[in-house]
Amino acid sequence: MNGNPPERKVAAMPWPAHQAPGRSNLGNYAVVGILLALFVWSYRGSEIRLTELFSREGGSQILAYAKRLFPPDLSPNVIQEAVRGTFETFAISFMGTLLAAAIAFLVVFFASRNLIYSGLLYDMEPKRGWYRALRLVPYLLSKGLLNFLRTVPEMLWALIFVFIVGLGPFAGVLALGAHTGGVLGKLFGEVLEDVDPQPVESLQSTGANKLQILFYGIVPQVLPQFISYTLYRWEVNIRVAAVLGFVGAGGLGQRIYVAISLFFENQLLTFLIFIYVLVTVVDYLSAYLRRRMI
Amino acid sequence: MKSPEPPSYNKAEKSVFPYLFSFFFLIALADSWRRAEVNPLLLLEVEGRRNLWKFVSAMFPPELSSEFLALMLRPVLETIQISIMGILIAILIGFPLGILGTRTYSVGGVLNEANTLGSPARRLWGYFTYSSARAVLSFFRSIPEFVWAFMFVRAVGLGPFSGVLAIGVAYGGMLGKVYSEIFEAVNERPLEALQSTGANKLQIFFYGWLPQVIPNFVSYTLYRWECAVRASAVLGLVGAGGLGQQIEISMRMFNFHEILTLLGILFTMVAVVDTISAKVRAIL
Repeated sequence: MNGNPPERKVAAMPWPAHQAPGRSNLGNYAVVGILLALFVWSYRGSEIRLTELFSREGGSQILAYAKRLFPPDLSPNVIQEAVRGTFETFAISFMGTLLAAAIAFLVVFFASRNLIYSGLLYDMEPKRGWYRALRLVPYLLSKGLLNFLRTVPEMLWALIFVFIVGLGPFAGVLALGAHTGGVLGKLFGEVLEDVDPQPVESLQSTGANKLQILFYGIVPQVLPQFISYTLYRWEVNIRVAAVLGFVGAGGLGQRIYVAISLFFENQLLTFLIFIYVLVTVVDYLSAYLRRRMI
Repeated sequence: MKSPEPPSYNKAEKSVFPYLFSFFFLIALADSWRRAEVNPLLLLEVEGRRNLWKFVSAMFPPELSSEFLALMLRPVLETIQISIMGILIAILIGFPLGILGTRTYSVGGVLNEANTLGSPARRLWGYFTYSSARAVLSFFRSIPEFVWAFMFVRAVGLGPFSGVLAIGVAYGGMLGKVYSEIFEAVNERPLEALQSTGANKLQIFFYGWLPQVIPNFVSYTLYRWECAVRASAVLGLVGAGGLGQQIEISMRMFNFHEILTLLGILFTMVAVVDTISAKVRAIL
């Protein structure tokens, strides 16, 4: 291919100037200094023993552990257990994500400023301070709830729910639902804030009430993005669901925890292979669904 | 030019996809409901209610004595240190593998045109490095960091070091994948120009590739650092140091009022880290 592609002719875009826009040398040194200091501080604090890692003893420790993993244990009862765990993990992530989407969908409309508190929908309203203050209550409550749900990590939610509903996958479902509900609530909220006001306004001008505006003007606009975010979180959750069992919330994690604790390294490798396959399959499935639905 | 056909809504209606999707969705729902032992009544039963009440009432008032807070300072700092060292190792793993896993670097693209036409051996070698780098990266990131952490706890012992290694490996896989995506999206013209001056691949990489991607590169790494802080805060649950270890202890001892304090600390820490990272990204 020697012919000039046509775009070569319009080389109007200037190359960046050779002198970089002046940032003072001193500032650069300061940045490097801070980074170095951070590095040294973290190196000390995290008890890293890199010398040991690359020395014969430490390295061989890891190598010895890796060697013990092979060959994977493929006896029928281990495989059966792994398959059951895989399906359970899938079930936890599936139900958990659904629960999360439900929580986020129910709460988010109260937590988005332009729907509940101010903006277009409230332009025509007579100015009454207390009325506005009244609307602030559900807004703040729901916003706070979402923040709280999001702040607590999944593993901690799992610990809490194991305490409340007992050991088993249901605790995992609730944990995923709680944390992911908060995350999706935030993501959904961002979508809602970018909603195109024109359909909303035209619906309003026909005299539609708030609920009608919500279902005919807003939900159709945001649904594709809601689905897309939910699928994305599902991909994340399948990985989380695989470890929730560490604290007793079922799934493959429980089997892995037992295998690591009791030094059944060969079984561990089998479970790891199953996680790998499950995660890959879910990634593809989610990508496929996203393509088809949006 | 033919004018584009008007979209046919009829065709969309005839697709079997919605039916198939609903069918499989319902099956998955029913099966998952059974397998995950979903039982909402459990939350409403006397036992569940009592546990819930016990938990919530025990959380208040949060433990705010100065000794406890002073005791928590060290784990908080340790968490941050774990995340920093972990991300460093992740970069060390992800960067070289990310380069090798870049399609336009290893196979195809301007740089390899000569190879594609010429010797098949070099082409095969390119494919080999490319696919093995990709495979290693996807393996690293498919295993959750918790599993890595627990394995490293077994291999090198309890403490923050295993947390660092776990974050390094798991996040190395993620960073490597995204790095290679960033590398693939560069403008190829400077690369071609460098190649025509006779620069070798590594030189092309450092003078043609890297300057284009640095901003993206840094901002994505910072974003991952935020995630790493969250992750290292809970990795302690399996004994890999940091705040998680304290959470585990308080949970096992049923000291729920400490849990509330720890949650507050966690929230503050994550918020501070997010702000710092956002500030740095704004400067870039």
